[in-house]
Amino acid sequence: MSANTTKTKTITFELDGRTVEALPDETIWQVAKRAGTKIPHLCWLPEPGYRSDGNCRACMVEIEGERVLAASCQRKPSAGMKVKTASERAKKSREMVFELLIADQPAKEDCHDPRSKFWTWVGDMGVATTSRFPGADKPAMDTSHAAIAVNLDACINCGLCVRACREVQHNDVIGMAYRGSGAKVVFDFDNSMGNSTCVACGECVQACPTGALMEANLLDAAGKRVAYEDHAVDTLCPYCGVGCQTKVHVKDNKILYVDGRNGPANENRLCVKGRFGFDYIHHKDRLTKPLIRRDGVAKDANMQLRREDIDKVFREATWDEALERAAMGLKRIADQHGGKALAGFGSAKGSNEEAYLFQKFIRQGFGTNNVDHCTRLCHASSVAALMEGLNSGAVTAPFMAAEDSDCMIVIGARPAQNHPVAATYIKNAAARGAKLIIMDPRGQSGDSYARYASHILQFKPGMDVALLNAMLNVIVTEGLVDIQYVQAHTEGYDALKQAVQSFEPEKMAPVCGIPADTIREVARLYAKSERSIIFWGMGVSQHTHGTDNARCLIALALVTGQIGRRGTGLHPLRGQNNVQGASDAGLIPMVYPDYISVEDPATRARYERLWGTKLDPKRGLTVVEIMKAIHDGEIRGMYVMGENPAMSDPDVQHAREAMAHLEHMVVQDIFLTETAWHADVVLPASAHAEKWGTFTNTNRTVQLARPVVDPPGEARQDWMLIQELAQRVGLKWTYRNVSEVFTEMASVMPSLDNITWDRLVDEGSVTYPCDDPTKPGNEIIFATSFPTKSGRAKLVPAKLLAPDEMPDEEYPLVLTTGRMLEHWHTGSMTRRASNLDSLEPEAVASLNPREIERLGLVPGERIEVATRRGVIELKCRADRDVPEGMVFIPFCFAEASANMLTNPKLDPMGKIPEFKYCAARVDRIAAQVEAAE
Amino acid sequence: MNDMSVNGGGQGNGGGGGRRAIHPGAGRRNANTHPKGRVLDPADAAAVREIVGEGPYERALLIEYLHKIQDAEGYLAAGRLHGLADLMRLPMAEVYEVATFYAHFDVVGDGEEAPAPVTIRVCESLSCMLAGAEKLIAELEAQDLPGVRVVRAPCVGSCDTAPCAHVGHRHVDHATAQTVAALATEGAVEPEMPAYQTLGDYIEEGGYKVLKSCLAGGQRVEDIIATLSDGGLRGLGGAGFPTGRKWSLVRAEKGPRLMAVNGDEGEPGTFKDRYYLERRPHQFLEGMLIAAWAVEAAEVFIYMRDEYPAVLEILARELPKLKAAGLTKHTKVSVRRGAGAYICGEESAMIESIEGKRGLPRHRPPYVAQVGIFNRPTLVNNVETLYWIPKIIANGPAWFADQGVSGSKGLRSYSVSGRVKSPGVVLAPAGSTVKDLIERCGGMAKGHRFKGYLPGGASGGILPASMADIPLDFGQLEKHGCFVGSHAVVVLSDKDDMKDVALNLMKFFEDESCGQCTPCRNGTEKAVSLMSRETWDVGLLQDLAQVMRDASICGLGQAASNPVMSVVKFFPDDLK
Repeated sequence: MSANTTKTKTITFELDGRTVEALPDETIWQVAKRAGTKIPHLCWLPEPGYRSDGNCRACMVEIEGERVLAASCQRKPSAGMKVKTASERAKKSREMVFELLIADQPAKEDCHDPRSKFWTWVGDMGVATTSRFPGADKPAMDTSHAAIAVNLDACINCGLCVRACREVQHNDVIGMAYRGSGAKVVFDFDNSMGNSTCVACGECVQACPTGALMEANLLDAAGKRVAYEDHAVDTLCPYCGVGCQTKVHVKDNKILYVDGRNGPANENRLCVKGRFGFDYIHHKDRLTKPLIRRDGVAKDANMQLRREDIDKVFREATWDEALERAAMGLKRIADQHGGKALAGFGSAKGSNEEAYLFQKFIRQGFGTNNVDHCTRLCHASSVAALMEGLNSGAVTAPFMAAEDSDCMIVIGARPAQNHPVAATYIKNAAARGAKLIIMDPRGQSGDSYARYASHILQFKPGMDVALLNAMLNVIVTEGLVDIQYVQAHTEGYDALKQAVQSFEPEKMAPVCGIPADTIREVARLYAKSERSIIFWGMGVSQHTHGTDNARCLIALALVTGQIGRRGTGLHPLRGQNNVQGASDAGLIPMVYPDYISVEDPATRARYERLWGTKLDPKRGLTVVEIMKAIHDGEIRGMYVMGENPAMSDPDVQHAREAMAHLEHMVVQDIFLTETAWHADVVLPASAHAEKWGTFTNTNRTVQLARPVVDPPGEARQDWMLIQELAQRVGLKWTYRNVSEVFTEMASVMPSLDNITWDRLVDEGSVTYPCDDPTKPGNEIIFATSFPTKSGRAKLVPAKLLAPDEMPDEEYPLVLTTGRMLEHWHTGSMTRRASNLDSLEPEAVASLNPREIERLGLVPGERIEVATRRGVIELKCRADRDVPEGMVFIPFCFAEASANMLTNPKLDPMGKIPEFKYCAARVDRIAAQVEAAE
Repeated sequence: MNDMSVNGGGQGNGGGGGRRAIHPGAGRRNANTHPKGRVLDPADAAAVREIVGEGPYERALLIEYLHKIQDAEGYLAAGRLHGLADLMRLPMAEVYEVATFYAHFDVVGDGEEAPAPVTIRVCESLSCMLAGAEKLIAELEAQDLPGVRVVRAPCVGSCDTAPCAHVGHRHVDHATAQTVAALATEGAVEPEMPAYQTLGDYIEEGGYKVLKSCLAGGQRVEDIIATLSDGGLRGLGGAGFPTGRKWSLVRAEKGPRLMAVNGDEGEPGTFKDRYYLERRPHQFLEGMLIAAWAVEAAEVFIYMRDEYPAVLEILARELPKLKAAGLTKHTKVSVRRGAGAYICGEESAMIESIEGKRGLPRHRPPYVAQVGIFNRPTLVNNVETLYWIPKIIANGPAWFADQGVSGSKGLRSYSVSGRVKSPGVVLAPAGSTVKDLIERCGGMAKGHRFKGYLPGGASGGILPASMADIPLDFGQLEKHGCFVGSHAVVVLSDKDDMKDVALNLMKFFEDESCGQCTPCRNGTEKAVSLMSRETWDVGLLQDLAQVMRDASICGLGQAASNPVMSVVKFFPDDLK
């Protein structure tokens, strides 16, 4: 994002007798590389984010007139310098360095990775694979980590892992301790890796040049590499909205290991899920044949979902039978009760093309807008506020804008766990000196990134508006408003000014739990910094006042003019890998693709023309509303593709009861999810790694995913299944491949202008909006105006509302839910990924150690957590980041589903439930049992 | 090994009485009871806060905090390090790597035993070895005193009173097992204070006049620099860089500028800085304050080695007096205490250490004059260099320059030790020969015949008696594969086996290598192992010496092979 054009003042010098040019800041090694001269290197990794360290001395060159040799990776040439890369002296030193290192390495024939950079250089240089020097003592193998094998006998102390961990990913686990020949790579206090604070991003594995740090699954018990890929495919990570590009290495149609690729959002970085959480697609639970519910097996919301019972509930069917039954069931309901008796849940995990086809199928096939997906449960309120204020639901700047910002507010988000690669950019920026303000009722000291915070505001849960309006009050009353910007680009300022008058920090301090001085300081910092940016997550959106929370954030950016410029903006961190794209593609009950209201007659007429059928003129029902409508008998049939409402909906027992109530449900998925158990027909589908498709990440970057392996058994491509159903209900669909779907979708979505399938195949990714087929897209938008009718952004004041269900005597604690680093969403993928399952194998509820003590518990004890909606049992974990009075439960655990407990009360505008706050009680299980006896 | 096979693991561990118990994972392990990694005991954080005081905590003071904990508790327990990391909001690894880099920190891991309360450090460097350090260590170990541990230590700068030991911070000259054991048993671990010249005494003899004149505007910086240049003053830490030129270079850089005093006199055989600091500290301090004035240093860091506790105490006493006397108004003076690392005598490693990090030398360019402490332009001067400055300015450049012989300029403080009758600091003309020095030390020790000498400490190589007429000054010895460095002359005799001498020196380098670059880290270790063999593989050692010399990052690795190569070149008989 370096917008400044650096003056390219080159210098010339002599390299091996030739005159060559060097750009400013180029090293001798880099110039030599351009000139086609290969110089060995071990501790130097020519990749983004890595500085040279010059310690291995494998790249020494001779510079005329200098007493000693120079490390070419480190040394910058000066004008007229005479450099000899191939002099006898330089070569001798480089070879001696290798001979010294080989002395302490495992012999090549038993080495961990003969394909490592180290052994590759040994081969390329033609030096002996043995050494004249005696070997030193060999450190023992460390197999404590599930995913990463640590074999320091191959370590050459190059420190790349330290830079990977400390300077690139900023996870700060690895150090180089002791000194001299005793110097050693350590994790924390020289703990085993598995017992350290390692978050297993695997950056060190990717950086290590020797095989000292490797994917454990590539090695045999002796630590020798036994598995080699036969090819690699460039594709995307299937998990979060960051949209990391990956290179997936495959052997025998199975994924062997994954590396990060130099994508715009990740620059080779990955997190534990993306790198080590890939083998769920090979899990034995994969659906490989269509299933049909056995006649006479009733649906039961309370059924025990056990693998061995699958045969009792379902029977295998042919594709023809399954598709026919699936389609006819839907058609029958539509014929008898009208299309509005049907609803569809698409998925933010599917591709843009799948999302587009899915909403088209529901709208065109059944004339209803009852189509939604889990964005409703994530950022619906953020999108509602953004649409209201800016008439655009997307981010105004990519998360890499952090690199250019001076002040970052991260509120209600835990990027180190949920968007780990985005978090690395925030940490990079903070380490560079940008101020990082973290606002979260749960502390984040367990995450390395909190270390980089200048301010940590652990405010009272649910009191976002009090805190944010108090900041607005400071900005308005202390003259920190960018009046020129407000006058030129906004409307509604006076009303906002009026509304925040009463929110003096001193008055709000007891409400939100943050001292008035801190509120003032942070407000001033945000307003006065040259460039400030706001990131938020579901701690903001998942409240009954979620839209109000987002309104405050939008107002903060607008009144201070911190938007539309480099390093500024509003960035709701999107959860799923394609939540942006699925929403863009119209997988929303209120809008067609590109957020055009279904109630807009002109647009409706256009789609009616295009699709050749009458369309529903009224907005459809949302996720939670659909569940209610089922109970009310209004909705009788559903088609669910890749979603798992039986885990993800609030008050999930209620949702399960609804699903059990359906006359006909078709579920298309890769596993028999908690939702699929209630299906009539289950269609085995394709995983992310098995298909073509485009995905739009949180930065509005459209990226191409490629198939890496074939789907197992009879599983089929999702887009084909939607088409099969469409054809069977009478639609004349004739797509031959995914690119045709993309092309049709792009033709109705101006946002995709200048982005073609061919371009994506060539470039891998393009950000929208994009002004020209040959230009990159615009990362930062709203520089000059907003896409509203007036061109101005609307300021909307927010009122202070308490959460819907406050703690009381019976339920004295606050329950909040979310995710954990290792487990994604409802866990259907990650809990079947062997590494992730090993790292976080059991359901846990986190409580403050003092709260645990107060409750008479010990960490690790099984507890019962109850709310007015249900009760679950799980282990308690002591975590000082959770404030006293709170219990935190990730919603990924099927055996203890947090959403059994959550409050389904909705935000009136975003229709998002209050996952982040309800009243709960924690009890010891033993005590309960005694009481019962 | 991790089982990544597709069908690995069994059925979910459903059981356990959950209401809806299916578990899609294999559930082969148990969940952690706490978040990842070591669990912080709040008591540790509280204890550390008690010791180091309330925040805010400065990253650059990490080593100072570690000293406080080590001083208070005798060692650094993992829990305390965790508490400190938590208070300072530093990664555990960053605290650990610093704590384990320095020899004077005793890191005690979880479940490990704490060290004995009293530590005896016996110097095992060359001069002490010649004087029987091995025997002393053996005797002390044999006594097995309760509550006392015996540790080998590198040169503590008392080569003229070898063998030497430290009991805690108590310095013991001419140490015997009896004297040392008696002190250890008594618990006499505090430094004995030398009778040094106090501020009042120094002022009485005319001290600080030059500084006052500078501060009062009575001197021009250009003139002072010209005086130092004319006087021929060079960096007496070992590099010999002309002092006036260095000041000019630093002054040419954009401010704010900083200054560091290199008081990490660790080169085995060298004890002249300590000599002056323990006798006339204010002459050095005046020189330092003049330098800070000349380069307009916003802050001066005196980096003082931990092996000189008496000097640290002198500084602790005298600096506040200086401040009270209004003599430090133009700058801020801070003392940074080393923690047992020879490499921190290398100026860029010292700067890293001043910043609270491991002492890893930096790459040059850029030079510290351009990018030094906290990336600011930094003047680094050695103690003795600064010591001469008030005198040169007061007496004029000729007074100093004219004292040299054989074309050299100025005076030199040679630290002479080893097989001479009266070892000590010999203040002699620059360009003196070892012959002169032996003579000034009363000749060879009884029963010893001159065989060879180290002209410049451990790294300056070894010359034979046949080359006793070479002027010992900068630039004179390089052609012989040697250098004069800090002017530490260790005299060797017919009783000394040059192989043993070279091995002692190489072991020192192996212990003191920072470990950053391959040639030095692996080279010193391999060299020790090759040199410990009955017969040296001279060809391989020569190859090794070449890569160490050509490809090491800093002077330690580049010079570490000098003694070995000297033995090969000048003492072939000792290799037979």
